[in-house]
Amino acid sequence: MKNIALGQYYPARSPLHRMDPRIKLIIAVLYIVAAFLCKNLLGFALLAASVVLLVILSRVPLKTVLGSLKMVVFILVLTVAINIFLTKEEGAEPLWSFWIFEVYTKGLYSALFIALRILSMIIGTCMLLTYTTTPIALTDALERLLSPLRHLKLPVHEFSMMMSIALRFIPTIMEEAEKIMAAQKARGAGFTEGNLIKRIKSLIPILIPLFASVFRRAFELATAMTCRCYRGGDGRTRMTTMRMHAMDIIVLIVSVAALAGIVSCNYWNIGYTL
Amino acid sequence: MAEFIEIKNLHFSYGKEESKQQDDVLCGVDLTVRKGEYVAILGRNGSGKSTLAKLLNLVIDDLENASGEILVDGVNILSDDMTEDMAFELRKKVGMVFQNPDNQLVATVVEEDVAFGPENLGLDPKEIRRRVDEALDTVGMSEFAKREPHRLSGGQKQRVAIAGVIAMMPDCIIFDESTAMLDPVGRKDIVATMEKLNREHGITVLTITHYMEEAVRADRVVVLNHGKIAIEGTPEQVFSDAGALRAAGLELPQCAQLIEELIKSGMSIKECGITPEDCARIILLAGGATCQ
Ligand SMILES: Nc1ncnc2c1ncn2[C@@H]1O[C@H](COP(=O)(O)OP(=O)(O)OP(=O)(O)O)[C@@H](O)[C@H]1O
Ligand SMILES: [Mg+2]
Repeated sequence: MKNIALGQYYPARSPLHRMDPRIKLIIAVLYIVAAFLCKNLLGFALLAASVVLLVILSRVPLKTVLGSLKMVVFILVLTVAINIFLTKEEGAEPLWSFWIFEVYTKGLYSALFIALRILSMIIGTCMLLTYTTTPIALTDALERLLSPLRHLKLPVHEFSMMMSIALRFIPTIMEEAEKIMAAQKARGAGFTEGNLIKRIKSLIPILIPLFASVFRRAFELATAMTCRCYRGGDGRTRMTTMRMHAMDIIVLIVSVAALAGIVSCNYWNIGYTL
Repeated sequence: MAEFIEIKNLHFSYGKEESKQQDDVLCGVDLTVRKGEYVAILGRNGSGKSTLAKLLNLVIDDLENASGEILVDGVNILSDDMTEDMAFELRKKVGMVFQNPDNQLVATVVEEDVAFGPENLGLDPKEIRRRVDEALDTVGMSEFAKREPHRLSGGQKQRVAIAGVIAMMPDCIIFDESTAMLDPVGRKDIVATMEKLNREHGITVLTITHYMEEAVRADRVVVLNHGKIAIEGTPEQVFSDAGALRAAGLELPQCAQLIEELIKSGMSIKECGITPEDCARIILLAGGATCQ
């Protein structure tokens, strides 16, 4: 349990790992927007190319990348099926029909595009964020990016503090849950028998001591933090300063340009549109 | 040496004033700690040691129940015009290390955790970096700087927690049973670190412990019992009075117990020894005498 890995961070030395997490975060957002805005073949070609580029740049093995798609296979298949079978094209011959289902060329294309959209969105953001950035670097980057919002009285610092404390304590609490489980087993509790309701009920003797201990920890931690002069985000400095390198700026500019390209392709109808 | 902490007639109890049933947790504590001193506080469970420690850092519920005076570096921290900023200044001067290292570490990387305190002080990043490296070096954890705290042993975690306090450069550090969860080796490490901080860095150390062997190494020992100071003096003085110690619910250090038993069984020993070295010397002397 001590080796529990949070998220899917893949430790490696790659250009993507080295990038400023703030820039990665911004690019990930741009990327999702671009995937949504894509309408024509040129745009999708660009999108697909950028996914391939990201995977290569991240140095994450292809097997790991594909592994992360397991979770979305179902959604992917469902949306593709819906698009293939339920898209109607007025005044065109169906390619194939059976009972109430009719398949048109347009349906095939839109299924292909929606699949590309979902795949590139997931692989793209995974490559940029979860695989190449540690969860703690992500929270940190988010805090720094959103810090102007604190003037609007939004609890940006508090949120990121909460996240990082959660990340710090998840392994500790998992370990504790295991201990409690072993202790309850020693008293004759079973967690793997019976129907669903019975099993859920059998979790109560674990959850109650766990909650009690978590609260005790929380109070102790709060005291320790106060003793270490913590009083919120005001007046607090950081040891590590995030540095943006020339490379980060270039990548950002390229990404913004690509997004602008997609938008203008849509606007002037450049590229093969359906 | 100048006084650093002066406690005068301190009373304290938990709970609301009206619904209060139990006795005072602290009833009339007078204690003075000089700058650079190394003081051990002993006392049975529930004698009010942790309460006293938490009061010194103003991290306690029902603070309004406290009466008397606590002067830290000349400032009465119990006075009514104590502001949050003044409490902040106090915590800068007096650091605390608690029993369970797991519940003191905030960050997912060792050096980030050590940096937490200095970051709260609003220091320059370069200065924080310097202090963190120095603090980790002092506790001998430099090679673990990039590790995750939950993968360290208990003793290592506790050393990281100490580094986190040292990095704030306090004048005084209070250890509240910081060795209680450690094995003998881990405990020795921490005690050695405390002594080093006291001797080499001139930090005033207050250590609360249930281990007599740790108290023996202090400059002064204070025994609390039922919220009052029962015995106070050098380790030699305190541990020579077995009766008073037992009345306060404590035992002699093992070495002193051994000497006591030897005297009972008829060995002619006049001194009392409290460290293993003393003990060995005394027995050798007495044994040598009887053998001849
Ligand atoms: N938060 C609290 N609320 C109410 N009563 C408390 C609280 N904390 C401690 N007490 C009571 O105050 C008394 C002194 O507790 P304190 O924790 O100071 O003892 P201690 O000397 O540190 O003991 P130990 O050796 O067990 O750590 C005890 O009787 C305890 O029950
Ligand atoms: Mg205590």
